[in-house]
Amino acid sequence: MSYVEIDPGAFPPEVRALYGIGASEEAAVTLSNCSRRGFLKTTALAAGSVFVLGITSVRRAEGAAALPEGLTDAAFRPNVFVALDADGTVWLVNSRAEMGQGTKTGMIATLADEMDADWARVRPVQAEGHERYGPQSTGGSTSVRLYWQDWRKAGATARAMLVSAAAATWAVSEAECETVMHAVRHRPTGRVLGYGELAAKAATLPVPTEPRLKDRSEWRYIGKPLHGVDNRAIASGKAVFGADVRLPGMKYAVVARPPVLGGSARSFDDSAARAVPGVVDVFELPRYQGAPGNQALGGFAVVATNTWAAMKGRDALRIVWDPGPNAVYSSDTYKDVLLESVAKPGRVERDQGDVDAAFAGAARTVEATYTTAMLSHAQLEPPATVAWLKPDGSAEMWCSTQNPQSARTLAAEAFGIPKESLTLHMTLMGGAFGRKGLLDFAPEAALVAKRVDGPVCVQWTREDDMRHGYYHPPAAQYLKAGIDAGGKVTAWLHRSSYPAIGATFTEGELYGGTQGSKEVLFAVPNLRVENGPAPAHVRIGWLRSVMAVHHGFGIGAFVGELAHALGKDQVEMWLELLGPDRTVTELFTNGRGPYGEPIATHPIDSGRMRRVIELAAEMAGWGRRLPAGHGMGVAAHYSFWGYAAFVVHASVEGTRVRVHRVDASIDCGTVVNPDRVRAQQEGAVVFSLSHALYGEVLARDGAVTTGNYDEFRLLALKDTPETHVHIVESTAPPGGVGEPGIPPMMPALTNAVLAATGRPVRELPIRLG
Amino acid sequence: MPRYQLTVNGAERSVDAPADMPLLWVLRDLLDLTGTKYGCGQALCGACTVHLDGEAVRSCDTTVADAAGRSVVTIEGLSEAADHPLQQAWDELDVAQCGYCQAGHIMEAAAWLQRTPNPTREDVDRLQSDVLCRCGTYERIRAGILRAAENRR
Ligand code: FES
Ligand code: FES
Repeated sequence: MSYVEIDPGAFPPEVRALYGIGASEEAAVTLSNCSRRGFLKTTALAAGSVFVLGITSVRRAEGAAALPEGLTDAAFRPNVFVALDADGTVWLVNSRAEMGQGTKTGMIATLADEMDADWARVRPVQAEGHERYGPQSTGGSTSVRLYWQDWRKAGATARAMLVSAAAATWAVSEAECETVMHAVRHRPTGRVLGYGELAAKAATLPVPTEPRLKDRSEWRYIGKPLHGVDNRAIASGKAVFGADVRLPGMKYAVVARPPVLGGSARSFDDSAARAVPGVVDVFELPRYQGAPGNQALGGFAVVATNTWAAMKGRDALRIVWDPGPNAVYSSDTYKDVLLESVAKPGRVERDQGDVDAAFAGAARTVEATYTTAMLSHAQLEPPATVAWLKPDGSAEMWCSTQNPQSARTLAAEAFGIPKESLTLHMTLMGGAFGRKGLLDFAPEAALVAKRVDGPVCVQWTREDDMRHGYYHPPAAQYLKAGIDAGGKVTAWLHRSSYPAIGATFTEGELYGGTQGSKEVLFAVPNLRVENGPAPAHVRIGWLRSVMAVHHGFGIGAFVGELAHALGKDQVEMWLELLGPDRTVTELFTNGRGPYGEPIATHPIDSGRMRRVIELAAEMAGWGRRLPAGHGMGVAAHYSFWGYAAFVVHASVEGTRVRVHRVDASIDCGTVVNPDRVRAQQEGAVVFSLSHALYGEVLARDGAVTTGNYDEFRLLALKDTPETHVHIVESTAPPGGVGEPGIPPMMPALTNAVLAATGRPVRELPIRLG
Repeated sequence: MPRYQLTVNGAERSVDAPADMPLLWVLRDLLDLTGTKYGCGQALCGACTVHLDGEAVRSCDTTVADAAGRSVVTIEGLSEAADHPLQQAWDELDVAQCGYCQAGHIMEAAAWLQRTPNPTREDVDRLQSDVLCRCGTYERIRAGILRAAENRR
């Protein structure tokens, strides 16, 4: 893939003269080195120890601001996302949380595009957590699909005002003016004024409410592969994650949390811990009340002069825990609870036709029960937060979080200060996948910092995160199909049971719902989707694709089994179940689809699903002859407004599954940065293979026993298959990117195993033999 | 508390630390070199990989006493201007997603490239790196190593 090279034609002669762009420089202006220039200026300040204290003051001393609040110093600030200095430097703000999905680059590029800004003059800025930016909670593949139009408008507003400023300066009609990359040109006379020169004047003009957005054909950056704005900082170790802020006199803390959810300490002795060199304090933290939600778990904090001393101090604590009521939970026996639940009718969440009558009249039925294990996000960066309650009663935090506004609210409450007194800086996240939108770590860091003189970094260890997570729930699913004499599927029943996210926030919630199972796009006349009850004994949370992870697996694996049972090709089976292309109106209630999609602008189109299946199959060479022991599997799923189909080529040797190649195809509507769409599907392959082959968090007597990457294994480089990603060109509104690729990947793999061995996979992680 | 001398990114440093303190925390908390990451603390993930006398080691599994008197290179010291061929390739191919694991991958690959200066595609495909990446950037890591080797030629 070649990245955007800015066409020299993009710089009209007048603009070249204005900025002194010569021919050789022109050729060198690619987004790559532009982003590098932006990077240099930003990270010179963000690097290492300079970062914290220096950032505001150094910037101000330079006469330009790096922090969003400081950007009010800029000559022209039409909204919170755009600031323009008189020298033509543009500061563009990413208000969303960056966890590796690439939104930061995508948002800044969108603002720059609509503003018609020269990427070389763009300085990326990360917002802090604050309501002034509108919604910032980043999850559910929402950033581009929900807020992209707002970003476009923010950029277009700046552009419209700069045009007005130029027209006013020249006393000509705005209609005669156009933007030409960081400048406004008066078409009839060829006069040009650079954005920097127009900044002061633009700042005096009224802000238009409906600025004209660019036509698709006018986009410079949107839709082209863009290099990540943080690439160089990451590759040089200068990117700042949750635990990377360093402040004078900073302390380090770890927390000993109750091993069983809701447990408390019966007895406690910290004398040995206090004797560990470097340990400065040990104290108890308040335990949460009611449902755990986003509250801190309680336990004991050990504060030290470095992280190692804090960990050694924690090892030396002597605590006898009272486990409380959740000690009944063990992963092996809990599976039976789920299996019992799906053996009985559940709560009906979608019901079409008459499923019972169709089963009664069917020539044959096929049924299968699937179980999937509990999963951890296992993001490489465990939660880590730097928090500082200052003597004047204000506070500052550096937080690796997907939901900075709620983190700020919760932390301010824990500090006991008004929210307005807490500045919450958003660091990059070292992976998140949902974990960092579940916020126990934020109030916990505040509770620790409240007792520490000066700043403190509260670091979770790998084991802490694995054992005190918000888990993807273990699940059981029962699927049944009725088939008529002609071999056509006439009835579909999908029943699932798993502990609910709701129980994390509301005590006693038993139903997790049917996200990912309800919105099956099949044209089967009799169709029922049910959900059975299951009690939660650990905190359940959202993990990338949420309940579509296991529901997508259940649907996909069952389609593979149907094909096998009916002697049909898997691709044909999928296309037959989808039926003729149509808008799946059954999924809309009150005009909205399962992910809030308005039917008028975002119809759910089974034809788009058909196309991704056909594309993945074609690119994979579906149907070609394979050696014995090899097989190809396909699966597809719709979630978060994205349609994705994966084809896996795998082989089975003894009990070992080897994956040779994956072809992923996705239709996520209009694409901002195709390179990140690609990267997210590549990532979906690896993420899902880890789960399908190894992923399992175990618990005994209420406590999670799985602790580190030796027990929760991740796929390694050497086992990573060749992966090809095919993006469907589309002018539909943008859909989700990070999540839709997850649900089809695991069943595509198990369908490949089925094709290779003739045996279905009904339990994850896969256990052969 | 004993005092240890070590060379870090070419500079002589001395630290007061217990003998069993992992180099990882010496670098991060005593020397403020936060480019080296903590991921597991058990030599399982490779996020903490640094060079010790030119060899890639897991700094969470290397004590300060082991590192004393030796030369440590971290991601911050891999190149003068962040322009090591691997760092350039990582930018060109957009290898990173979240980026947290990447210092480990780059340091591991840099040591490997020292031993295998002219790798073929097959050499890279056979690479047995056990540095982990949860975001799933492995395909691009392979491509990045190959690109770095090409760029150097
Ligand atoms: S932190 Fe050292 S290998 Fe994981
Ligand atoms: S890029 Fe996120 S863990 Fe590797």
